[in-house]
Amino acid sequence: MSTKNGQQKEPWIRMVKRDAISQKKAWAIRAAAFILSLVTGGIVILLLGHNPFSVYTSMVVGAFGSSTVIHETVKIAVPLLITAIGISFAFKMKFWNIGGEGQILVGAVAAGAFGLFTAHIFPKLPLVILMMLASIVAGGLYGLLPAVCKAKWGTNETLFTLMLNYIALAFIKYLMNGPWKAEGSSFPKIAMLVPGARLTKVLGVHWGWILALVLVVVSYIYFNKTKQGYEIAVVGESNNTARYAGINVGRVFKRTMFISGALCGLVGMLQFAGADYTITEGTAGGVGFTAITVAWLAKMNPFGMLVVSVFIAMLERGSNTIQTNFKIPASASDLLIGIILFFMLGCEFFISYRLIRRGKEEQNA
Amino acid sequence: MLNTLNGLLIAAVLAGTPLLLGALGEILTEKSGNLNLGVEGMMFMGAITGLAGSYYYEQGVISSGGTPNGVVSALIALAVSFIAGAFGALIYSFLTITLRANQNVTGLTLTIFGTGFGNFFGEYIGQNAGGYVAVSTVTKNAFSRLNIPVLSDIPVLGPLLFQYNWLVYFAIVLAVIMAWFFNRSRVGLNLRAVGEDPATADAAGINITAYKYAATVIGGGICGIGGMYMSMVTTSGVWVHDCVSGYGWLAVALVIFATWRPAKGILVAIVFGGLTVMRMYVNIPGLPAQIYDMLPYVATIVVLVVTSMRESREHAQPKSCGLNYFREER
Repeated sequence: MSTKNGQQKEPWIRMVKRDAISQKKAWAIRAAAFILSLVTGGIVILLLGHNPFSVYTSMVVGAFGSSTVIHETVKIAVPLLITAIGISFAFKMKFWNIGGEGQILVGAVAAGAFGLFTAHIFPKLPLVILMMLASIVAGGLYGLLPAVCKAKWGTNETLFTLMLNYIALAFIKYLMNGPWKAEGSSFPKIAMLVPGARLTKVLGVHWGWILALVLVVVSYIYFNKTKQGYEIAVVGESNNTARYAGINVGRVFKRTMFISGALCGLVGMLQFAGADYTITEGTAGGVGFTAITVAWLAKMNPFGMLVVSVFIAMLERGSNTIQTNFKIPASASDLLIGIILFFMLGCEFFISYRLIRRGKEEQNA
Repeated sequence: MLNTLNGLLIAAVLAGTPLLLGALGEILTEKSGNLNLGVEGMMFMGAITGLAGSYYYEQGVISSGGTPNGVVSALIALAVSFIAGAFGALIYSFLTITLRANQNVTGLTLTIFGTGFGNFFGEYIGQNAGGYVAVSTVTKNAFSRLNIPVLSDIPVLGPLLFQYNWLVYFAIVLAVIMAWFFNRSRVGLNLRAVGEDPATADAAGINITAYKYAATVIGGGICGIGGMYMSMVTTSGVWVHDCVSGYGWLAVALVIFATWRPAKGILVAIVFGGLTVMRMYVNIPGLPAQIYDMLPYVATIVVLVVTSMRESREHAQPKSCGLNYFREER
């Protein structure tokens, strides 16, 4: 009787923490999860009455099929990559900066203050430098604010940074309707940046892509080879450990969040002076949120973020194509990104743990 | 003056109800120690599925020659939106409780997924319906204000207390039930123990996994109903792109302001509902409308900072909130 009970109590499946897993096996698990997520997305497409293969193919062709669309894809990838790098600064220390969206917007506004109103005073090079500096400072300060409160009183940074998004958005709407409204326009919109002040194109896309590649390398070095990068890692592991080691946690919060916000602000300037040439409610366009997934999927590795941001840019660009070709709404890319991320989050479990079925005892225990 | 105040109060209650529902769902979730930042996403899922449920019910009945019933349609919207929110929460629960993924990131992903889910199906169903989705008058009436005999006709008090749509009363009753549940029922006390100290609760023989799953999934369902309120009442039965737009996040903030107490949630929800609609009722000379629109968000930040400055131990976030429980790592 008692043995029978004992048997019943043994779970059908149990898990054991893995000691170590080979890189090859870990990547195999991730690849499997990725394929499964595409299959799940494919099932959704199938349920909508389309052929998943032709939809996926059309997405890839729509993103890489010609040099024109490649330029468009890169244009989407650049802000995504820089924002992801910016956000990873905060996320590495477990500071949940979901205010990338707002930091991009204030960066764009700061750049606009110079680009729209001083273009007739300064020649191009100093003007571009001014716009860059302004956007970096504005974005940085916008990121610093929640960090100061978090360092001082432990204020919840997730909600704080998020609320700042809506405030920045309302401010842009205010500028569109009031002080910055383009002259002679009956529609609330901000004037266009004069062609002479727009960012120079290199190989068909504004030079932001070169900056993005430089930032990948610089941030990698910063994270892995500098004292400040190390401090971020320690704070991320445990605030108490960091304090015990003599790290001023509040200072790390503030310094890192300034950098995080500054990079996002820089994106605002690139979007304004390199891509849209004006500022709208859509200047950030969800980049601040999508960048979170980019950073997380890449496990905060800048080189990984490069790959992931190109991939996500492909999905977003491709979703426009499937909207025209298959009448599938472009929001499909968000849905698909969500599904992929769910699978990638879930698969980490199978990298840290393995499952043992009942009755199958470990041979080499 | 009095009329304006009355009007503002009524509008505040109407605007505060989805916030209250979202906050109640999140309170239930956080009491189990799960910090689900996917409220916005679950509200989106509830918003589109609730609307779609009613819409397809109407289409189905009309195409078979009958006339749709408002009450049935409303109940379908309620059930479907609950299931959709619960489904989102189930994904979250499976990832965080069973697969031990990071709660913050999983919640954010749920928001991205849910927002995409809502907008995608909103547009998709709209395309098939020839432009946009909208429910018929029958369902719209089922979500418009009630007319209770005698009570609704009392001057002043009638409109103020007895003329809301049924979801308002539903939310308030739910808040009262939850207040009782957390403080007086055994299951509710067990749940709080799970959220405060899962290891101790586990040692006391409480099934941690079951409690966490149940609280998170039901909480997600309640958030889904809050989303359905947005699509059925706030936009009166028409799908509007991005209709939840930040209400889910305000609901997460309200949980903090309500200090994790459902009954207090009613009050803060009305206050914040009021802040979101105040622009239409109280004119501040010289203040542009767009700047006025910042009010609820600025207020949220101010309250966040103030509450963090004077941390109270009595009514704080459940201690294990945000941390996954690993039995073997006790």
